[in-house]
Amino acid sequence: MKVTAVGELHLTGRPASPGLVLSRLFVLDDDTQLSVVSRPVGNPGIEAERLRKAISVAVGQLEEFSRRAESDAQEILEFQIEMLGDEALAEGAFAAIADGVGAEAAWRATLDSQVEQYSKAEDEYFRARSADLADLRDRVLRVLSGEGQESVPAGTVLVALDLPPSRFLGIEWQAGSAIALAGGSPTSHVALLARARGVPMVVGLGADLMRVPSGQEAMIDGERGTLVVSPSEATRAAAKSRETEIGKRRAIAEKFQHAPATLPNGEPVMVMINTAGPDDLVLLDPAICDGIGLVRSEFLFHGATLPDEETQYGAYRRILEWAGRRPVTIRTLDAGGDKPVRGLTIDDEGNPFLGTRGIRLSLLKPDVFRVQLRALCRAAVHGNLKVMLPMVATPRDLSQARAHMGAVVADLASRRVPHATPPLGIMVEVPAAAIAIDRFDAEFYSIGSNDLTQYVMAAARDIASLADYADAADPAVLSLITRTVEHGRRTGREVSLCGDAASDPAIVPHLLDAGLRSLSVSPEAVGLVKAAIAGALDR
Amino acid sequence: MNNGIATDNAAKGAILIAHEVGLHARPSVKLTKLAKTFSSKIELGLSEDGPWIDAKSIVKVMAFKAAKGSTLHFRAHGGDASQAVAALVDLVRRDFDESHGGG
Repeated sequence: MKVTAVGELHLTGRPASPGLVLSRLFVLDDDTQLSVVSRPVGNPGIEAERLRKAISVAVGQLEEFSRRAESDAQEILEFQIEMLGDEALAEGAFAAIADGVGAEAAWRATLDSQVEQYSKAEDEYFRARSADLADLRDRVLRVLSGEGQESVPAGTVLVALDLPPSRFLGIEWQAGSAIALAGGSPTSHVALLARARGVPMVVGLGADLMRVPSGQEAMIDGERGTLVVSPSEATRAAAKSRETEIGKRRAIAEKFQHAPATLPNGEPVMVMINTAGPDDLVLLDPAICDGIGLVRSEFLFHGATLPDEETQYGAYRRILEWAGRRPVTIRTLDAGGDKPVRGLTIDDEGNPFLGTRGIRLSLLKPDVFRVQLRALCRAAVHGNLKVMLPMVATPRDLSQARAHMGAVVADLASRRVPHATPPLGIMVEVPAAAIAIDRFDAEFYSIGSNDLTQYVMAAARDIASLADYADAADPAVLSLITRTVEHGRRTGREVSLCGDAASDPAIVPHLLDAGLRSLSVSPEAVGLVKAAIAGALDR
Repeated sequence: MNNGIATDNAAKGAILIAHEVGLHARPSVKLTKLAKTFSSKIELGLSEDGPWIDAKSIVKVMAFKAAKGSTLHFRAHGGDASQAVAALVDLVRRDFDESHGGG
């Protein structure tokens, strides 16, 4: 939910290193704009010599960093030194120089193409290496242009498009420093360094970040992945108390995180995680959870074109392989409402939350839906997959979706493509489904408490002034949850809950009272939720 | 799978990567540094039929983007070919002496 207070700007990205900092922003110059200085190009011999020299100076700088660095940083620097010292890296540049291109342009073009190749890699680990290549590119370009190292004021929130590791190492990090990146990745080398040094960091804040001027006050939350520019007094006060709270709770969470969750009477409770895609799993230890209760497949649909079957299959497979034998519930595309997808969702519906979203959209676009179902059925052989339909309101929604899956499975079988038929369940988030749950012959139920609450309370989730109505512990909402749980118990079908309510330790006791024994929560909430289940937190 | 076959001054070997994140930055540094300690020409491929790349070049090794579960094939020519292949296969079998991923 986007909170709004007068004068505040809220940006949401991905958490890369935990911690809360209130400080001034310092916008780092965009290094990709390092100009190819217009100087006369010397003869190929001279240009080649300039490049050779610049590379060796750059290697020297990195070796100097490496002597001063801690062990984590040393390994990263060693990788960069090896790359830069490998003749194969500059081969293309020297060939271009022989053809009359200047050292700067030749080096830039060669490294640009390397950066691009890495940025297209399927694996996030390799994709994140594009930042290392860009770092090497810019380091050598700075040497060629005769520029020195930059300085960053101590105790500021450094703002940049991306931050190369060697620049991180060139900065003196003090308490009160933090990093906010428009791009970047939580698996980049620089994120690793930030975590090791305890520098809070948020990545993927988007292009809007670069429009904020230096000197503005901002609050960065490396745990939630948010940045608030010009925070109000209220926001600051909330942050202060949260900081104290975070410290206390982190200690409790760490104690409970790795053990299976049990009620005070010893009864087990499944605690699964919600995820927005395989990239977010890279840093997580699967051992902290009993599986994935919700994969939001929307992450695949943010590109310029719709994802093809292979792309989807690859992503689902990576998620299943991460989870091993643990169950993984992937929700089919839940576009529409507050989640538009270009070229797919319907733009100008008067009330998009009550519009063509979730399964309604999938049934309207069977070609798109069947590609997703095919990819899911193929991926199902790689783990314990379940498929869940969002926004189901009538039994017809379920039966039509099941017919599509049947057709997809029949086709895969006739072509002898390896596949499996995953159990098909529904989200219980439309009151019509919760009230008449016995009409829905699904193989499992997952309560989507965010939408269920907004529909029961008739209060849209995106209107901040109505936030008080958005209470999943309201008796009306809880009675529908209880109803669903009882139906599941009677018919022997699993019922879990995957909305924000499950991640809120204050609401968890109500959910347990309603009979739920399976919760799916945001990964950072796992420890606290387990503590709440064990009754180790103040109610 | 790891079978080292040595003939006069050529050797081959293959091994499955079990390392959590595949042939990534740190493993690649270790692999190329080890390869460079041998005088033989050492090449690396993802299948028995290549394509083959110079196992002493980290730029080329990284460009392979070999993921966990790929099989690495080594072939070497030169005086210390069989020692080289044995050492490289062993490095991969030891999981690059890393107990965890990352890097």
